[in-house]
Amino acid sequence: MALRDLTAAEQVAALQAGETTSLELLDAHLAAVEADDVEAFLAIDADGARERARAIDALPDRPPLAGVPIAIKDALSTRDIVTTSGSRMLEGFRPVYTATCVQRLEDAGAIVVGKTNMDEFAMGSSTENSAYKNTLNPWDHQRVPGGSSGGSAASVAQRQVPWSLGSDTGGSIRQPAALCGIVGMKPTYGAISRYGLIAFASSLDQVGPFARTVEDAALLLRHMVGRDPMDSTSLDWPGEITLPTATDLAGLRVGVVEELMGEGIEPGVRAAVDASLKAIEDLGATVVPVSLPSALSGLATYYVLAPAECSSNLARFDGIRYGHPVPADNLLDQYEMTRGQLFGPEVKRRIMLGTFALASGYYDQYYGRAQRVRTLIVREFEAAFEGVDLLASPTSPTVAFPLGDRTADPYAMYLADVCTIPVSLAGLPAISIPCGLSEGLPVGLQLAGPAFSENRLFDAAHALEKALAFDTRPPGLTT
Amino acid sequence: MIDENTVRHVARLARLRLEPEEEKVMQEELSGILEHIDAIRSMDLDGVPPTTHVLALENVLRADVPRPSLPREEALREADDVVDDSFGVPRMD
Repeated sequence: MALRDLTAAEQVAALQAGETTSLELLDAHLAAVEADDVEAFLAIDADGARERARAIDALPDRPPLAGVPIAIKDALSTRDIVTTSGSRMLEGFRPVYTATCVQRLEDAGAIVVGKTNMDEFAMGSSTENSAYKNTLNPWDHQRVPGGSSGGSAASVAQRQVPWSLGSDTGGSIRQPAALCGIVGMKPTYGAISRYGLIAFASSLDQVGPFARTVEDAALLLRHMVGRDPMDSTSLDWPGEITLPTATDLAGLRVGVVEELMGEGIEPGVRAAVDASLKAIEDLGATVVPVSLPSALSGLATYYVLAPAECSSNLARFDGIRYGHPVPADNLLDQYEMTRGQLFGPEVKRRIMLGTFALASGYYDQYYGRAQRVRTLIVREFEAAFEGVDLLASPTSPTVAFPLGDRTADPYAMYLADVCTIPVSLAGLPAISIPCGLSEGLPVGLQLAGPAFSENRLFDAAHALEKALAFDTRPPGLTT
Repeated sequence: MIDENTVRHVARLARLRLEPEEEKVMQEELSGILEHIDAIRSMDLDGVPPTTHVLALENVLRADVPRPSLPREEALREADDVVDDSFGVPRMD
C-alpha cells in the first residue's frame, strides 16, 4: 500500500513503529502537493516542511502526531507563510504569528505542508470566489469541490495529505466534505481557539478537521480543543476527545429533520440518505422523524447575521497596516478605492448587505428580527434533543455542481448551505460523513448533536462509517 | 427593492467605491436577495428575545498585567508606507 493511502492514524502508527520516517512520508505527499492536479493549494512550504520533518525524525521520542503532514486553510494565519484568505486584499501578506490551533498541532508533531484555496474571506460554497483560482473536485474535474474550504477538502480527497483544517461559518467544512466524499467536522462553538483565524462572522466561525476517516477527524480535534487566553470565546473543554470505538448504535435515538428531507433535496441525495438511515436502524438505533419548524428560515436569518458581522469584521482591511493600498490624495478616497478594487464581488455584496441590515432605519426589520429568529432555532434544537440523541439530515441538498453553474445567481449559491446553516446558528457540533453515491458523485450525511456531544457524534459516525464501507478513493486516482 | 440612492448611501457607509456599472448590478442583486430574506419580516416573533450568545458563558476577565507586545519593527513589516516608525497615511480632509 502506498504511503498516501494510509490514514493519519496509520501514519502515526507506522512512524511510532519505525517503519517509515517523517521525511519519507512527507516526500511521498509533497510530490502530489507540488503536482496539485486539483489546484488545491495557494502556497506550498516544501523547504520549511522538510526542515520540520527532519527535526522530528531526530527526536528521541516522537510527539503524538509523530510527523504526519497536514494542509491548512488559508484563512488561518501561519507565521512567515503567505496567508491571503483567498483575497487580493492580503496578497503577499506574511503573518507575524501562527494561529493557536495550528500551533497546537505543530507542537503535537504535525507538519504543515501548505495553505489551501478558499472562497475569498470564506464567503462562498464552491471556492469559485477565490481571487486566485478554481479548485477542482477530485471526483470530477468539471465540478466544484464545494466551499468555502474547498482546497482543504479537495487536498484530502486527492490524498495529497491525510487530513487538513478548515473553517465553518454556515457549512464551509461540512458541505465541501460532502461534495468531495470525505469526513468534515464542525465542533461546538468555542471548542477551538480562533486566535489567528481571519474573522468572517464571529458569532458563527469555528475551525474544524477534514479527514478520510472519522477516527482521524477525532484525533485531530483532540489536539486542538481547549481554552486559549488569546480568544475569550474559547472554552475549557469538559473531559477529552476520545477516539471512537463503537461498533453498533444500540439504544441511540436518531431524529430525521423533516424540513431538510423535502423539496429542494435532490432525489439521489435523498435516496443515499434514506439508505444510511436504514443502516443506522440496522446498527440498533431508533430512527424517528423530528420537526424543526424554523429550520428553513435559517437561510434568510444567516444571510442577515453573517453579512452584518462580516461588514464589521472586514472594516479592518484598508491596505494600510498590511496589504497594499490603491494610492489616493486623501484618506477617505484611499479607503474607498482600496476596498472597492481589492475586494471581490461576493465580499462586496456581503459587506453591502450587512451594512444595509445594520443601517439606521433597517436595523430593527433585519438584524433585530434575525437575532430573534435565531433564538427560535436555538430553542427548537433544544426541544428536539429532549427526545433524541442526534439529528440526521443530508449535508448538502445536491451533489457537486458543475463549475460556473451558480456563479451568476448569488441566491442559488446560498442554497447550498440550507442544511448546514441551522446547526451553525445554534452553535452545535455536527459531522458530515460520505454515505453513498448519486450519479457517481459523493453524498454526505450530516449528524448533529447537543453542545459538547462530540464524542457521541464521533462514535455514531464511526460505527456507521464501518457499516457503510464507503470507498473514499475518487475514480482514476492513482497513488 | 432598494433604490440607487440607498445603494450609494450604504456603499459610502461601508467605505466601498463602486463603479456606476457595479452600482446597478449591486442594486439588482441586493434586491433579489432581500426578497428571500423578507420572509423573516412576516414571522411571529412576539415575546422572542434576540440571541446574544449561543452558549451561556460568564464574562471572561484577566488580570491587568503588562506583558511584552509585538516588537515595533514586526508590527510595521507588512505596511507599504512606514514613516518615522509609524504607519503612513494620506492627509485627511
